Amino acid sequence: MNATTYTKTELMICVASRLFEDGTTCFIGTGIPMLAAMLAVKTTAPNLVPVFEFGGTGAILEELPRAVGEARTFHKGISAAGICDTMETAQRGFIDYGFLGGAQIDPFGNLNSVVIGNHDHPKVRLPGSGGGNDVGSFCWKTIAIMQHDSRRFIDKVDFLTTPGYLTGPGAREVAGLPPGTGPAYVVSTMALMDFDPDSYRMRLKALYPDVTVEDVIANTSFELVMPTNLDAIQAPSTDELRLLREEIDPLKFYI
Amino acid sequence: MEILESGIGELIQPYDMDEFREWNRTQKSRKLIDKRMSEQEAISKFVFDGCYIGTELYGTVRAPMSLAREVIRQNKKDLRVCGQGVLELDLWLAAGLIKKLDITYIGLEVYGIPPSLRRAVESGQVETCVEWSNASITWRMKAAAMGVPFLPARSMLGTDMLKYSAAKVVEDPFTGIKVALLPALILDVAIIHVQRADKYGNCQIEGITGFALEMSRACKRLIISAEKIVPNEEIRKYPDRTVIPYFLVDAVVHAPFGSYPGEMAYMYGRDEAGIKEWVDMSATAEGAKEYLNKYVHSLKDHAAFLDLIGTKRLEQSVENRERRE
Repeated sequence: MNATTYTKTELMICVASRLFEDGTTCFIGTGIPMLAAMLAVKTTAPNLVPVFEFGGTGAILEELPRAVGEARTFHKGISAAGICDTMETAQRGFIDYGFLGGAQIDPFGNLNSVVIGNHDHPKVRLPGSGGGNDVGSFCWKTIAIMQHDSRRFIDKVDFLTTPGYLTGPGAREVAGLPPGTGPAYVVSTMALMDFDPDSYRMRLKALYPDVTVEDVIANTSFELVMPTNLDAIQAPSTDELRLLREEIDPLKFYI
Repeated sequence: MEILESGIGELIQPYDMDEFREWNRTQKSRKLIDKRMSEQEAISKFVFDGCYIGTELYGTVRAPMSLAREVIRQNKKDLRVCGQGVLELDLWLAAGLIKKLDITYIGLEVYGIPPSLRRAVESGQVETCVEWSNASITWRMKAAAMGVPFLPARSMLGTDMLKYSAAKVVEDPFTGIKVALLPALILDVAIIHVQRADKYGNCQIEGITGFALEMSRACKRLIISAEKIVPNEEIRKYPDRTVIPYFLVDAVVHAPFGSYPGEMAYMYGRDEAGIKEWVDMSATAEGAKEYLNKYVHSLKDHAAFLDLIGTKRLEQSVENRERRE
């Protein structure tokens, strides 16, 4: 694969990495969020403070962590504490961003990672919330990273694991979740989405190269809010691809 | 206080804080006693069919794998388990030992959804899955560790997590905001792996502490496995490093490479091929059984396990360790 061709996953990681704000604290979940965080640190957000739920804060991300507790999550870090420390830090408002994945997402950014089908007799048992629900409850802004297809982008998730905007404006606050929190973006394999400030429903924000609005609509089982102006996403740069392939995931766990 | 919402999940380990105090008064010796024993002895003495048990940290990180394999070898059944797990709980699920779960996350992380979890839950072999987030299950242990019956938290609110948990939602009587009340969790048995302990059970951990502090203080029986058994004087030289004091501990098991194929911070790194072997073999029930035969049932003990792995791979994992420099 040369520098002008790239996979959907590589592009998704690049798009996610460009959303990290330098100098912020950020909860990083297992998988694609780890790659995106590493790419961000090596490009636009060198002063990002990664927080991993089992206790690692401020690691220098030299090698890709394969687990949220492994030593790479506190490598040359500023602290190696425990899960209470990281979660309580998030609960009292110190964590700016949370990056999450899931099996299903709905128009309000609610995520499912518990079961497909009925809870007590599931068609597919998924791993469970882990720290996902906590990250979605406590972080100021959350960003979901998802494969884009019509089975994953659905009107109602089978099990509401991680809170997005729940049922719409004001619902988080009514439920008791900290005010001013909630999903900011959804990064998929087709497009970047944000949330309409009036309805709190997912809104198309920018299309990936060679993807049309029709493609996105065909792969989304609910009605996306359409923006006045559609942005275009830039293809991965040679530098981004080199970093991803040579430095971040040379053993090809994800890409 | 008015209950605004109640989870429908079963409280699978009911608790009594005064009974816990009494237990800690009468059943936990304050004397410095040599508690060293083998995996076989510790598991047969303290783990019983139907008990409520937890492990710390998890699967590929500072996990008590030698003890987890011994639980399978002794076929301790109908276990009620809390966790977070990667390899250890996955092995128990594959061995058919788990009856009820306070589940937070059982996954293979980079390798995805564990087929043995799917088989065990989708077939109904696991009777109940009560859902909790990682923070909420740890705060449940923290409540027990504090000696109080519950802790309020702003987690799980507004979601199906709350509904399928055993938490309750109330209004804070001071400010009126809604909070989830998390019931204390007192485990019958906890098993925790650490870098070093003395023969009395004083434990020191390097790297992240996960939920070792909370779990060690929230259980009736605590089995420690340690990479190194050090003299008491060594512990006393660095008392600031002691995260588990001896009087919490019931058994001390010397388990070098006890977390293998997972890692131990600053001692050895994870053996990717060793982890991948379980991932690949557990794809089918037959494969999982074959793995259990190869690495558990056909081996007498942890020493035999390490012999099977061989010095070369163990040395390689030491080479791959996280370093402080």
